[in-house]
Amino acid sequence: MRVNVTVNGEQRQADDVWEGESLLFMLRERLGLPGSKNACEQGECGSCTVYLDDVPVCACLVAAGQAQDRSVRTVEGLAQGDQLDPVQEAFVEAGAVQCGFCTPGLVVAAHDLLDRVPSPSDPEIREALAGNLCRCTGYEKILDAVRLAAARR
Amino acid sequence: MDFLRPETLAEALELKASRPDAVPIAGGTDVMVELNYDHRRPAALLDLTRIPELGEWSDGLRIGAGVPYVRIIDELGAQLPGLAMASRTVGSPQIRNRGTVGGNLGAASPAGDTHPVLLASDAVIEVASVRGTRMIPAAEFYVGVKRNALEPDELIVAVHLAPAKGPQQFSKVGTRNAMVIAVCSFAISLFPAEKRVGAAVGSAAPTPRRAHEAEQFLASELDFSSPKPLLDSVKREFGELVSLAASPIDDVRGSAAYRKHALAVMARRTLGWAWQELLDGEQQCA
Repeated sequence: MRVNVTVNGEQRQADDVWEGESLLFMLRERLGLPGSKNACEQGECGSCTVYLDDVPVCACLVAAGQAQDRSVRTVEGLAQGDQLDPVQEAFVEAGAVQCGFCTPGLVVAAHDLLDRVPSPSDPEIREALAGNLCRCTGYEKILDAVRLAAARR
Repeated sequence: MDFLRPETLAEALELKASRPDAVPIAGGTDVMVELNYDHRRPAALLDLTRIPELGEWSDGLRIGAGVPYVRIIDELGAQLPGLAMASRTVGSPQIRNRGTVGGNLGAASPAGDTHPVLLASDAVIEVASVRGTRMIPAAEFYVGVKRNALEPDELIVAVHLAPAKGPQQFSKVGTRNAMVIAVCSFAISLFPAEKRVGAAVGSAAPTPRRAHEAEQFLASELDFSSPKPLLDSVKREFGELVSLAASPIDDVRGSAAYRKHALAVMARRTLGWAWQELLDGEQQCA
C-alpha cells in the first residue's frame, strides 16, 4: 500500500508498504531516516522513540498505515540545519553518549519532557526516561545532560 | 494482508461483520509485537485510531475504548483513582501515550494491569456489532487465558465505570517500576454508602478474577457507619482470603507460592491504605 505522511515538516510518500509493517521500518528502510533505532521491536527499549502528532511513541509499535495523513517528527527533525537542539548539545557536552545506540530515543524522550516540564525534578526525569534503555548503563551522564539542557532553556 | 481504515464506528462495525478475521488495532502495543515477531499473520488489520468517538469520554463515565492511558491518568485520575493508579504502572510513557483500556480488554491477558480495577469497581464493557450493542459486566468478560466474551463480529466500544464512591487502591508486583508485566496485582474499591467492598486479583489465575469471599468477609467486618482503625487480624484474614481466591501457576515471572504470598501482602496493605483514606475523610468532615 501507499502511505502519505508528513515527516519532519515535509510531505512524504512511501510505496509498497506491507500492511503489517511498523512505522519504524517505513522510516528507516523506505524513507531513508535511520536515526530512529531498531532494537527490541516490542516497545521495551525506547530506541525508536519518535513524535507522532506531537506525542512520543515507540515507532516499532505503530503500524505504518496508522501514520497515514499524520505528522511524524524523528530525531533527524530536532536540529535546525546545522544548529543542534539544546537537548542534543547537552548530550554531547555531558558525555551522555557511549555506544550511541540509545541516544536518538533518549534525545526525543528528553526533548518531550522539557517541552512539558521545563524544570523537571530528578524523579520526573527518571520517570520520563523509564521507557528508554541504555545497555552501556550510562544513565548518570544522561541525567546530567537532561539537567544541563533544562538549566539552559 | 489488508489494512482497513474506517473513519466512523458504523463503518468499523460493517467491516468487522464482513471481515471477522480482521484484527483490531488501536495503540498497537500488543498487536504490533505479535506482527514484529511473526507470531501472528492476520488476514487484515482494522485500524481504530481514526474513529473520533472511541477516543472520547462522557460523564457518568463512559470511556471510549481508544482513550490512551496517559489521558486517564492526567484527566480522569480524580474520578477514577484506581484505574489511574493501574494505568500509571503500564509500560513506559511511550506505551501509556498509545495503549488503551480497550486494548487491555481485547488482549484479555490475565496479567493486564487494568483488569483487577475494572472487576473491583463493577465496570461494564460495551461491545457492539452490526447486530446491536451488548453490555457485559467485567466479571463475565474474561472467559479464559487471553480470551474474552467478544463474538467474532464485535468490537469493544467503551468501558462504563462510575466515578469512585469511596477510596480505591491498586498494587502490582514486578522487578522494576517501568516496563513490567505484573507478577501479580490486586485492586480494592470501597463503597461506603453501600457498605460493601470490591476486590480482584490479576496475573494469579487463568483470568483476572474477583475475590468474592474476601469481599463478603470485609462487608461483614468493616463498620462503615462509624469507621475505626482496623484490627490487624481483619487485614490478615482479608489477605488470606484474597490469596485463596487465586489459582496461580509457576512461570518465568514468579512461582505460584510467591504469588499467593504477595497477594496476601498487597491485599492487607491496600486495605490499610484505603481504610485510612476513609478515616482521614471522616476526620475532615467532623
